[in-house]
Amino acid sequence: MSYPANYRYTREHEWIEVDGKTGKIGITDYAQNSLGDIVFVESPKVGAAVTKGEIFGSVESVKAVSDLYSPVTGTVTEVNDELASSPEKINTAAHDSWIMKVELSDPTEIDSLMSAEDYEKFIAEETGH
Amino acid sequence: MVDFGGWDMPVEYSGLIAEHMAVRTGVGLFDVSHMGDIQLRGPESLDAIQHICMNDASKLQVGQAQYSAMLYPQGTFVDDVIVHKLSDNDYLIVINAGTREKDFGWVKSNAQKFHCHVSDYSDYYTQLAIQGPKAAETLQKLTNVDLSTIKFYWFKWGTVCGLPNTLIARTGYTGEDGFEIYVPSDEVTSKRVWEEVLEAGKEFGIVPCGLGARNTLRLESALSLYGHEISETINVFEAGLDRFCKLEKGPFIGSEALQRVLAEGGPTRKLVGLEMVDRGIARDGYGVFNESATQVGSVVSGSPAPFLKKNIALAFIPRDYTALDRQLFVQVRNSMVKAKMVPIPFYRRPKKQS
Repeated sequence: MSYPANYRYTREHEWIEVDGKTGKIGITDYAQNSLGDIVFVESPKVGAAVTKGEIFGSVESVKAVSDLYSPVTGTVTEVNDELASSPEKINTAAHDSWIMKVELSDPTEIDSLMSAEDYEKFIAEETGH
Repeated sequence: MVDFGGWDMPVEYSGLIAEHMAVRTGVGLFDVSHMGDIQLRGPESLDAIQHICMNDASKLQVGQAQYSAMLYPQGTFVDDVIVHKLSDNDYLIVINAGTREKDFGWVKSNAQKFHCHVSDYSDYYTQLAIQGPKAAETLQKLTNVDLSTIKFYWFKWGTVCGLPNTLIARTGYTGEDGFEIYVPSDEVTSKRVWEEVLEAGKEFGIVPCGLGARNTLRLESALSLYGHEISETINVFEAGLDRFCKLEKGPFIGSEALQRVLAEGGPTRKLVGLEMVDRGIARDGYGVFNESATQVGSVVSGSPAPFLKKNIALAFIPRDYTALDRQLFVQVRNSMVKAKMVPIPFYRRPKKQS
């Protein structure tokens, strides 16, 4: 699985694609693969404030629940309603299945996130391969 | 891979839901070699089993198996087991992986006063479980035994994949029809049998199944898992396993304590089935609350149920609550999610149409 070069990544396995002041956020292919069959996504409400490094929702597979950590600080402008009825979309296309869109309060926060290359190194270390 | 009682085992192969559905609608193959096998042989082996296990093994005929459990003197669980009567004075007890050493030590020390020999054969066998409505058709291609002559919870010896004297038991842990076979544990043989079963089940869509599906299948069928529904702090009546506990057979380890529980009016808490009414998935350890937000119990196993497509849980709650059609809630992280009590098992396999 390739990790899009224009995305940034967190150590908690979220990705963000930034376009101007807006960021689309989802979980990585590595994360969906570790979770297995995803059955439930708990998204924040539109208008909610999210903070970099803090929990904004959760994703549940049959076997586990996993918190979602926001890569950035800002306000939620949109959530992906399709995931409410078809959460398994994340399993089939993690990098296209965004969970929320956020208007960034501080676009420079992105600089502290990992590049695709760094993230791939990071997960290689995590899995010990 | 996860470490499970010292065994490296995959949680899933192709995907938990697909594996679960294959077992409910077709056939799935499990490597359950982590289960332990203890053999008791000798003139007093039945007496030893009767002393150590709660079910009545004197009712077993040669070729029959029974669900049972080993108890501590306080009536709580050492482990649940399946007792197989191999021949007169020869029994096989199949135990769990996580408790294997404890179990073997327990059997050995408690069988000491009986004239019988206890052996741990766990490392000699690879145990494979072929489970699902197409299990019999799959395995039939590989054996000379007419599988229709083996009833549920009975077993026979026969040739499987060219291996003579293979134990074929119609048992399992999925709530489906199925078989468990015991083949020599050397890697070449185990691998060959594994692949031959997969080949035989191909036309029925067989898939290898991991620990994840094993857990969701047993949960839908409300089968106990050690450390969850049964443990050293849970007694037989609390776990709802009364029907496998034969106090009338005479004294055995744990029977006195259980008589006392009955004399004092029965258990104070019971295992019940919960189904989530509102959105939310109950998980192991989550609290169960009443309408006034007082915690009344906790979930011991909770998960989405892939076949039933509901979120289900097994929980211990006070017995007073079990008779009432009362509103319950499970605390799912920060919110209270409505749940209702439902009869268990959640899933019961359809009766055969023949």
